[in-house]
Amino acid sequence: MTEAASHLPASRLGGSDIRTISKVDVGLKRRYAAERRFRAFGLAAVTIAICFLAVLFGSIIGRGYTAFQQTRITMMVDFDAGIIAPDGDRTSAAVMSGDSFRFDDLIAASLQRTLELDPNDEDGLYDGLDLLSKGSAPLLRTMIAKDPSLIGTKRTVDFYATGDVDAFVKGSIRADIPESQRLIKDKHIALIDRLEKEKALHLAFNTGLFTNGASTRPEMAGVGVALVGSLYMMLVVLALSLPLGVAGSIYLEEFAPKNRWTDVIEVNINNLAAVPSIVYGLLGLAVFINFAHLPRSASLVGGLVLTLTTLPTIIIATRAALKAVPPSIREAGLGVGASKMQTVFHHVLPLAMPGVLTGTIIGLAHALGETAPLLMIGMKAFIVDYPTTPFDPATALPTQIYMWATEPERAFSERTSAAIIVLLVFLLAMNSIAIVLRRAFERRW
Amino acid sequence: MSAVQAATPFETVRTPDPANRPIKVHTAKVKVTYGQKEALHGVSIDIAEKAVTAFIGPSGCGKSTFLRCINRMNDTIAGARVEGKITLDEQDIYDPDLDVVELRARVGMVFQKPNPFPKSIFDNVAYGPRIHGLARSKADLEEIVVTSLQKASLFNEVKDRLSEPGTSLSGGQQQRLCIARAIAVSPEVILMDEPCSALDPIATAKVEELIDELRANFTIVIVTHSMQQAARVSQRTAFFHLGHLIEEGPTDHVFTNPLEQRTQDYITGRFG
Repeated sequence: MTEAASHLPASRLGGSDIRTISKVDVGLKRRYAAERRFRAFGLAAVTIAICFLAVLFGSIIGRGYTAFQQTRITMMVDFDAGIIAPDGDRTSAAVMSGDSFRFDDLIAASLQRTLELDPNDEDGLYDGLDLLSKGSAPLLRTMIAKDPSLIGTKRTVDFYATGDVDAFVKGSIRADIPESQRLIKDKHIALIDRLEKEKALHLAFNTGLFTNGASTRPEMAGVGVALVGSLYMMLVVLALSLPLGVAGSIYLEEFAPKNRWTDVIEVNINNLAAVPSIVYGLLGLAVFINFAHLPRSASLVGGLVLTLTTLPTIIIATRAALKAVPPSIREAGLGVGASKMQTVFHHVLPLAMPGVLTGTIIGLAHALGETAPLLMIGMKAFIVDYPTTPFDPATALPTQIYMWATEPERAFSERTSAAIIVLLVFLLAMNSIAIVLRRAFERRW
Repeated sequence: MSAVQAATPFETVRTPDPANRPIKVHTAKVKVTYGQKEALHGVSIDIAEKAVTAFIGPSGCGKSTFLRCINRMNDTIAGARVEGKITLDEQDIYDPDLDVVELRARVGMVFQKPNPFPKSIFDNVAYGPRIHGLARSKADLEEIVVTSLQKASLFNEVKDRLSEPGTSLSGGQQQRLCIARAIAVSPEVILMDEPCSALDPIATAKVEELIDELRANFTIVIVTHSMQQAARVSQRTAFFHLGHLIEEGPTDHVFTNPLEQRTQDYITGRFG
């Protein structure tokens, strides 16, 4: 090709070296091949991700589902007034005070009756008591204290079996290993079989998992306190981070002058979102507990710390949602004489609402699963009683999982998985709410 | 070349108004700078009351910028600075004591792209009267909405579906809804920034017809890229070029007998 021709592309049309689509066909094939390859990679990535997810859910549910059932031993209890209230005082206070062994006597008596034991057969009685949770007597005591009218009546009561009996009934402890290596001895197996035949020993839905607090006896341990603690924390986080985050973003996005200061603030907020959460835990420990002297292990402090970790997420999501509102809406508002604030609150914010709510709920879901900062402020204590206010000591779901994960007993390990399932259900529920709210608030423009 | 123009004193070619209409908006040496860049180099023009004034000129000539000075919409753009003087009925609109919200109620605006609120047709029109407290009762408000829609020649098309979202209307109807929304607060001046550029010819014809009707009650300033439109709807035309007001005068005069070479070149399509 001559130099003159190169300046005149039209002249190339007459030449013999015309590049037509039939000549570059090879390139076309290569393009299609690249596209097919890319799709295959994408499909493979999605498949692998789904496989991992399936394995994760499979293993957690496989390990944890048994915890939703618990072995119970049903026995007729004679609430003997002579034993429970020897001095005739039948009030709750009287039940809760005094000798605690009298409730063990009640249980021993009903066990003797159930197993039709000779009153002098001490070995038989102790073998039977081995099956019952050591928490049975305190349970019976609080049950009577709650309802003193039980005194003097006869009722059937569902007692908890010990964690080992529970594991045996669920098949985790197998009978075919040598007795010396087995936690459940042959005599216990015989008793279990007998009670099962008499329908006294059975599996029932484990309500205690959701209502009980921490316990050293795995069969009595539950996520109740952790659930309440997590709930309080979420309320604190919602009450603080939503208004603060949304107000902050509205100011930064709509009102603040665009200068170096706001740039610095913006960069810092983005960086704060990436700060490891344990650092927020240390900050909370130093500021809220050591400086402000707020109570240790309290869900209020947990909520405050999680508010700090959630705020950047909410601010970033809200600012993105506000940015996505077309400027024509702002102009329309200002154009009819609405003030800046009226424009923002009447027109911009409603349009940004789906994004704001999604961001908030995703932030809350993050906060719900956050563990590290809670460890720093002491929310992994052994808490038996329900916290009545956010100022009382409590644990949270993730820290409860963390604590149970370190226990060796079979009943604790299945409870670990069960607690993870509960946490996942909550996260799924929150994400579904986010989707529903998004749909409800979505409007076209 | 533009730097040289900016430096030399510039004189706008003016042809006075034969109808001798009173002056509604008066501007003197209005300069607008965005950061370091001067977009308008001192524009002085008198806008006649109850007439349509068209601003024409090639893209980027500053006509929209100038339009947005008249209701201080440039205030919302970061880094924009306005110098010079603009008065509305002899009142300085850049006076620090002047309430910009009140100004925008007196000087309404219709934008290039129809931008109804994502609310019902009724609420779109009722929004302005509501925030300004123009209606004393519900019946009052309904009357304002109905008359505004009637004035915007939209009422007959939407009277059965006032509760439907404004965004469900067609483009032309949406633009007339925006005009109804602007009229509803009874402004004195209506600024229109290329109101028909997103509309098809039939919708455009309807909006133009509407503009002609509105002239009886409102002072209208319209920015347009269509010279035919300017010729059809306006009584006075101002030609902008590179941040200067080159020529202004009665529309028929500017189009048939421009005094400036650049105006002549633009309207005959030699550049722009």
